[in-house]
Amino acid sequence: MTEQGFDSMNGMEFDFLKEIGNIGAGNATTALATMLKLKVEMQVPKVALLDFQELPEILGGAENPIAGILLTLRGEIEGMMMFVLEYSAARSMVNLLMGQEKPVEEPLDEIEASALQEVGNIITGAYLSALSNLTNLAMSPSVPYISVDMAGAILSVPAIEFGKIGDKALLIETEFGEKASSVNGYFILIPTLEAYNKILHSFGM
Amino acid sequence: MGTMIKVGMADLNFCHEPDAITTLGLGSCVGVVLYDPVKKVAGLVHIMLPDSTKIKNNENKAKFADTGIEEMLGIIIREGATRARIKAKIAGGAQMFAFSTENDLLRVGTKNVEAVKAELLKLRIPIVAEDTGKNYGRTIEFYPETEELLVKAVGRAPYKI
Repeated sequence: MTEQGFDSMNGMEFDFLKEIGNIGAGNATTALATMLKLKVEMQVPKVALLDFQELPEILGGAENPIAGILLTLRGEIEGMMMFVLEYSAARSMVNLLMGQEKPVEEPLDEIEASALQEVGNIITGAYLSALSNLTNLAMSPSVPYISVDMAGAILSVPAIEFGKIGDKALLIETEFGEKASSVNGYFILIPTLEAYNKILHSFGM
Repeated sequence: MGTMIKVGMADLNFCHEPDAITTLGLGSCVGVVLYDPVKKVAGLVHIMLPDSTKIKNNENKAKFADTGIEEMLGIIIREGATRARIKAKIAGGAQMFAFSTENDLLRVGTKNVEAVKAELLKLRIPIVAEDTGKNYGRTIEFYPETEELLVKAVGRAPYKI
């Protein structure tokens, strides 16, 4: 493995990160199902390496309202982990969680925002523990931070971090939910360059 | 009404009146508008990071405060702007997540604003209006004809600076 960013990633490295994504998202889905006491199905996650300009397009364009939950990572893997979903999806998830049926356009109140923050915390935690088990690298996540705003604005945070190492971002899309009310969520793992190389080294690359 | 020209992340472009120029969903990035009020030409650069010299992969000049503003300046002068008349309006550099930690990584919005201001000072371009910092995203539109920068944010009435 050369000490480079995502831009020069080869097929084997991409497959490896995809596998981490699969297992991580699988863990996260189980955690979500337990929390919502629902049978939650998960589609096979899609993993993509995107130009960071394209990131907001996945979430309905730069001005579309989305919810982002961000954790910073310390330890052997340093960086950030983000879970993002469209605002309407966040609203349905919160409704499911709280057993209510508020309209999609209604903003989250304080209790609802902290419920969503907790959902983000649990599913990113499940994702990260898979990453930690697979790589044998320890990390400790911070408390989760939440923000609801335009997609471009929220995604500027990971884009800037990726921007330090290159022009691409690694995105893992996961579709959760029952058929009727499926919810699309996206994980964005933003390791520092050093951590990224450590992750690949852990698999002998 | 003219055309609205879009500028993406880590990108730049220019327009002449009656056209206008915009960048959508600025978060911790900073939008820098340079314009000549007489020639009615404006450039907009969407800055992501403060300093190109600290980054290995720095070919994209528009990405950085130290190279992007200078590049933008050159372009609008080529488009007819007079150096001495050029003014700046800036917006963005928000802190999108309410971090309580000392983690340096997370102050990137503030750092971008500081770097943009330092670069404009170095180039002796006056900042006539700014709407920076705080904790929300902004879409900005600049109209060279009226010299107005329109700021739009979620859950707020649009305002002009």
